Amino acid sequence: MEEVASLMQGFSIALTPYNLALMFIGIVLGVIIGVLPGLGGANGVAILLPLTFTMPPTSAIIMLSCIYWGALFGGAITSILFNIPGEPWSVATTFDGHPMARKGQADEALTAAFTSSFVGAFVAVVVITFLAPIIARFALKFGPAEFFSVFFLTFASFVGMGRGSPWKTVAAMALGFALAAVGMDGVTGQLRMTFGYDQLLNGFDFLIAVIGLFGIGEILSSMEDGLKFQGSQAKLRLRVVLTTWKKLLAYWSTSIRSCIIGCWMGITPGGATPASFMSYGLAKRISPRGNNFGKGEIEGVVAPETAAHAAGTSALLPMLTLGIPGSPTAAVLLGGLLIWGLQPGPLLFVEQKEFVWGLIASMYLGNIVGLIVVLTCVPFFAAILRVPFSIIAPVILVICAIGAYTVNNNMFDVWMMLVFGVVGYVFNKLQYPLAPLVLAIVLGDKAEESFRQSMLLSQGSLNIFWANPLVASIMTLGLLMLLWPLASSLRARFGASRSATA
Amino acid sequence: MHFRRTMLRRGLAGAVLASAALLTGAALPAQAWEPTKQVTFIIPAGTGGGADQMARFIQGVVGKHNLMKQPVVVINKAGGAGAEGFLEVKKSKGDAHQIIITLSNLFTTPLATGVPFNWKDMTPVAMLALDQFILWVNSDTPYKTAKDYIEAVKAGDDKKFKMGGTGSKQEDQIITVALEGVTGGRKFTYVPFAGGGAVAVQLVGKHVDSTVNNPIEAVAQWRAGSLRPLCIFDDKRSTYTTKVTGAMAWSDIPTCKESGVNVDYQMLRGIFMPAGVTKDQVAFYVDLFKKVRETPDWKEFMEKGAFNNTFMAGDEYAKWVEAAEKRHYELMKSAGFLAAGK
Repeated sequence: MEEVASLMQGFSIALTPYNLALMFIGIVLGVIIGVLPGLGGANGVAILLPLTFTMPPTSAIIMLSCIYWGALFGGAITSILFNIPGEPWSVATTFDGHPMARKGQADEALTAAFTSSFVGAFVAVVVITFLAPIIARFALKFGPAEFFSVFFLTFASFVGMGRGSPWKTVAAMALGFALAAVGMDGVTGQLRMTFGYDQLLNGFDFLIAVIGLFGIGEILSSMEDGLKFQGSQAKLRLRVVLTTWKKLLAYWSTSIRSCIIGCWMGITPGGATPASFMSYGLAKRISPRGNNFGKGEIEGVVAPETAAHAAGTSALLPMLTLGIPGSPTAAVLLGGLLIWGLQPGPLLFVEQKEFVWGLIASMYLGNIVGLIVVLTCVPFFAAILRVPFSIIAPVILVICAIGAYTVNNNMFDVWMMLVFGVVGYVFNKLQYPLAPLVLAIVLGDKAEESFRQSMLLSQGSLNIFWANPLVASIMTLGLLMLLWPLASSLRARFGASRSATA
Repeated sequence: MHFRRTMLRRGLAGAVLASAALLTGAALPAQAWEPTKQVTFIIPAGTGGGADQMARFIQGVVGKHNLMKQPVVVINKAGGAGAEGFLEVKKSKGDAHQIIITLSNLFTTPLATGVPFNWKDMTPVAMLALDQFILWVNSDTPYKTAKDYIEAVKAGDDKKFKMGGTGSKQEDQIITVALEGVTGGRKFTYVPFAGGGAVAVQLVGKHVDSTVNNPIEAVAQWRAGSLRPLCIFDDKRSTYTTKVTGAMAWSDIPTCKESGVNVDYQMLRGIFMPAGVTKDQVAFYVDLFKKVRETPDWKEFMEKGAFNNTFMAGDEYAKWVEAAEKRHYELMKSAGFLAAGK
């Protein structure tokens, strides 16, 4: 139980009034950063990084990691209230979170999201505390083929999820892949589909697509419905936290599954975004109420939020022990470590004990502080929906535009966002699902890159995906997921015909 | 009110400067220029990479030591292998409140993609340092020297050995192609990854056979005993003699030439600004970076990353850049990496 002693020492480092104040500041800043779409955790941390150079390293990382926790919490707020995911991993939260808000249950959805985030993050911190050295070795087993298998599994667990025609899902996904391919091709170093326009060098940033598709598309649809915002019947219930917690207890198995998915994806490091999608897809498959997913099911908020936070938190583990960042924000924190004179890597746990355990202790404390801060604000956040739509819509529009601009400091992106808004509206009208499109934009280029790296390594042989037990089992799992809808429909038909003959 | 106060402060600063000039008798230019609003520091690469780290470090040092009255704002413009950032500087002609840090993509990106920009579209300010490259293998392999490894590549099948690197048709692949000049016709399978840290970990996990990581990207794995440096791609050994691992310092790594592998390559970490700026404006930044380089923080940063701590400005720097461009053109031409029409 050497870890417990070290952890207690860590608490003694983290629990100074100065550090607690920094935690509080970090969480509040993080929530604001998470709420503003486009700013994002990575940008927020990068902007504030130079301010921390005069602080002791332990205090600096406590504040920056609290910004990170805050941004993780904050991302859920706009997803639920306005259907605008501020972060890639909040996209899956909108699927059921926003319908809940429209039904007047914004406060329940927010409570569920925050609580799940906390549970996911907390489990991941416990994992980091006790299993760090063992699990860190596991990440080394991940080469390009293994990464591809994880992306494949994510896509596979998502196929057949759309309520509409499966062909529409495939069409939307294919469009997403095409958009993801625009810009620099990392494997050949050539530009693709930019048609000589400098503006397209960057490709289609996921955030701009999402702000447009979800945020602007939603506003357009609401305008058509006569400026009537369905969330307006949101009640102000102060006891909502307690009543929601009672409901959440019923979803313990979803929570555990999502924690496992999240920790695994954070460590490998697949990242929080695939984790949230995969967890949502699985919950929909497994839940007895799966058919109600997408219409405002609380379990559909629990699953992605738990997984995203478990992944976001455990992503710090490969960063500390191997120096590989599991997320863009972790990459910026990694840069920070170097600047503060700390060398992330296998020796960090040996040489900088005080720093590492101070950080781990601050993860526990930061998440508790964060949960308290955001939960006390739930009625306030929910009350935003009571503001008349004709006032709130222009505000959302301005926030979206600022968000889109902030991503690359580029005016072109704002126009792009408006175009995506129209696309989102048209998709809604024609009943094409947006989720597969977004998933393909987010993960399409990464999946392509790891596939082509694998092909380079194997010199064109597909056997690389079955070359060792690890990659083979993930691929097989992916194939099973892919064939599941087909198999279940066959079984249904077979079962039906048998009962007909009987 | 605020306006008047700043005017007053500026007046005061001017007076102090003037009296300082009188006291020291130094011939200051009549009106030394300094930024009047925030300075935008562009990074033509993503967050978390080597250029990003250096730029944000500089931003921190400038703030910590109060080296400039106006704030520095760092933004990443990584699109199209950095083309986005360089195009931004190119179109901001005459804007003295914009600076950019460079990687080798200053030369390689326009050559490989044909995106229209060139260092001559900008004003060279100063070279801050040269980043080194080292040939690394996994420490479980039997190769003790660069010669051992190259012999093994020669003896193996074509494309059997896998080289991991950052980006495509950029510095890592250029070095790989240069290495193929001494492997007796055997080629490497070059596998591009997104970032240097990921490349080092792929080598630790034995998914590739070797890398040419920058020192700072692989040092943690070296110290942990997972990786072994074979040689440094410079004509002189590193000057840092403090022990990094139990047994070795950066200066103990032989040059590739010493090991019979006649390849050298270093990467520019330098500063440029838009074209059409005045001499005074350039002089301000040259002076600023001189001050940055004098801080203890900078010295520590250089040692940690085993940088070649060379400083150049003015004509000397412009000449260096011109020669480097020529060299990249030749290297890329012989590797077949040039875009059509280049």
